[in-house]
Amino acid sequence: MIQTSDRFKEHVTRALADDDLKIALSRTTGLLQARRRQVIDEYAEYGAARERAGAIKDHTLAHLDHYLEMFETNARANGATVHWAKTPEAARRIVTKICTQAGAKTATRVKSMLGEEIGIAQALSDAGVERIETDLAEHIIQLAQDPPSHIVMPAMHKTHEQVAQLFDDLHDIAPDTHDIPDLVGSARRELRQKFLSADVSISGANFLIADTGATVTVTNEGNSELTCTPPKVHIVTAGIEKLVPGMAHASVFLRLLARAAIGAEITQYTTFYNGPKRSGDADGPEAYHIVLVDNHRSEMLGSDLQAMLKCIRCGACMNHCPVYAAIGGHAYGAVYPGPMGSVLTPALSSLKAAKDLPNACTLNGRCKEVCPVNIPLPDMLRNLRARQWEAKLASPVTKLALGAWRFVARRPKLYHFATGMAVFGMRLLSLGRTRIRRMPMAGGWVKYRDLPRPEKGSFMQQYKASKHAGEKRP
Amino acid sequence: MTEHTASDRPRVGLFVTCLVDAMRPNIGFATLKLLEAAGCDVEVPSAQTCCGQPAFNSGDDATTRAIAKQIIESFARYDYVVVPSGSCASMIRTHFGEVFGDEPDWIERQSALSAKTWEVLSFLSDVIGYHPEDVRYDGLATYHDSCSGLRDLGVRDQPRAMLANVDGLQMTPLKDNDACCGFGGTFCVKYPDISNAIVAEKTRNIVETKADTLLAGDLGCLMNMAGKLSREGHKVKAFHTVEVLAGMAGDGGICGEGS
Ligand code: SF4
Repeated sequence: MIQTSDRFKEHVTRALADDDLKIALSRTTGLLQARRRQVIDEYAEYGAARERAGAIKDHTLAHLDHYLEMFETNARANGATVHWAKTPEAARRIVTKICTQAGAKTATRVKSMLGEEIGIAQALSDAGVERIETDLAEHIIQLAQDPPSHIVMPAMHKTHEQVAQLFDDLHDIAPDTHDIPDLVGSARRELRQKFLSADVSISGANFLIADTGATVTVTNEGNSELTCTPPKVHIVTAGIEKLVPGMAHASVFLRLLARAAIGAEITQYTTFYNGPKRSGDADGPEAYHIVLVDNHRSEMLGSDLQAMLKCIRCGACMNHCPVYAAIGGHAYGAVYPGPMGSVLTPALSSLKAAKDLPNACTLNGRCKEVCPVNIPLPDMLRNLRARQWEAKLASPVTKLALGAWRFVARRPKLYHFATGMAVFGMRLLSLGRTRIRRMPMAGGWVKYRDLPRPEKGSFMQQYKASKHAGEKRP
Repeated sequence: MTEHTASDRPRVGLFVTCLVDAMRPNIGFATLKLLEAAGCDVEVPSAQTCCGQPAFNSGDDATTRAIAKQIIESFARYDYVVVPSGSCASMIRTHFGEVFGDEPDWIERQSALSAKTWEVLSFLSDVIGYHPEDVRYDGLATYHDSCSGLRDLGVRDQPRAMLANVDGLQMTPLKDNDACCGFGGTFCVKYPDISNAIVAEKTRNIVETKADTLLAGDLGCLMNMAGKLSREGHKVKAFHTVEVLAGMAGDGGICGEGS
């Protein structure tokens, strides 16, 4: 997907005017929040598991080179071909080369944000390979020619009414009714044959397990199994931060992931892929490739953004973010939306190309509170602002306003005089009413809200007056 | 910091916050009244301005540091610093430390100040153990948990417990009480349209409770919600919790609404 974060404000205006989006978002986020709260309340070890998960990730990231080597050795022993890709271009080259060498006409793909990150869809189409998205939500957005708007529920921006319309228009056989089971049935009918006849499958990985060389995917629809088993070639693409040392560690994350993501105790399907088909196996691919992608991740190691590499892509932060709930995922103009995306996007591209993202946050802290690995997202966003400030990337208006504020805020006497004047001025602007509806330089505020008329005199003025008069305060 | 024994009165420096100073001094005086009723000696140092959040949240660490030093110096002599805002209290308590990179003396002074800085309701409740008596407020109120107080300082049960002592006051729960109201300091100025969408959701939930009064512990959030309620023509009155607890919630709420 082409990053358009530099047009954030434009996207926001469009998103806020989109009534369907509003309906779709409010239906989903409320439900996800309630479900998550319930399963977390019922999970007595949640606090301990979260702590443990964070510690495992910290440890793995501190010794990432060691675990990557271990993973590579074990994956090779399982019969996998392991490729390393420093950049998205390199990853695309590797994937398309494997497809061409296999003479592939069609490729089934199971949800992977990393695939979006490295631009697999475009690469396949450039190589003349037909791409078939097998996840229901991905199928929906493929029909709609939309990018994903959420990392777990890519079609979160669509209402089921809109989905029904899409299926009516674009499925070979239209759904019987617009009830959700019929819509699902229609997608199944549409996709089933394609699953079975694809030449290549491309999947992501939720985890890479160092001590067995396995790649792990979790889905609720079973489409990963259907995608990755029948074709003769299976390609896994994964970010290098997906590593965990061993099976026991993976199980800590598996218990957290489903709870944080969709409020379920466990996902329906968890599959460990351990190489190509062996003699005696009933099914499985003949060739099995793993593409390990860096794309700026190794630069984040050791920096103040390292903690972002702990992210397990559960999406809980976006499900609880008031900004995301108001504008949806597309407004961020990047592969990863919401709080985690606002940290990750500048790291994967540049602070300049994503200048609004760290700022468009109220720093309310709910994302950090719900993050299953306790990533300090608000602190990281604040740190990115500090980097922007140092790089002089703040907007001129902000600089000017802050400059004036800074001048008085460091001079208490002048400050109290200025406050007194401001209070006096605001009382004049109130025109005798208790609220103010017009005010220069506060356009953004009074466009939508009234401002109170301040009391006669600031606190400091009243306090001093009462002290000077020697009387007790009210 | 001077050690005080049980017999002498704690010396409290009141940090008024810039919004309270300019927009709603009543909250400052209500805080003063409660602190004095709770047996504290309260002073308001005149060398205070703002807690530095606009600079901090904009990434201007040098200015934040300069303001932090000013606050550290003018409040060093008190046993406690009390603030009628979870957000400004958290700024001093949890964030000041983030801007002193390489000045060990100041880091020490800063952590001493941070350790004795409190949001007013948690101070009255957790430190002093004070519960107001003989206060009356007739109404049905709902309570919004402001983000910094709730998540940085654990202010959640204290205001509710104290409000339970107010005669005539009924409380009703607010849906998504812990969701941000969209104020966010400079956020509401930089992204007014998003902020509006968020506060509109909040006022919808408030109106649905059928409460006649909205309470919270931060004037920024209150001005945001009260300003929106007023613009939408709702009669819900908004007050800072201390105004009710001090018996100083008059007819007109924060935005004059209800008057
Ligand atoms: S940052 Fe945390 S909450 Fe957000 S997607 Fe990553 S793991 Fe989940």
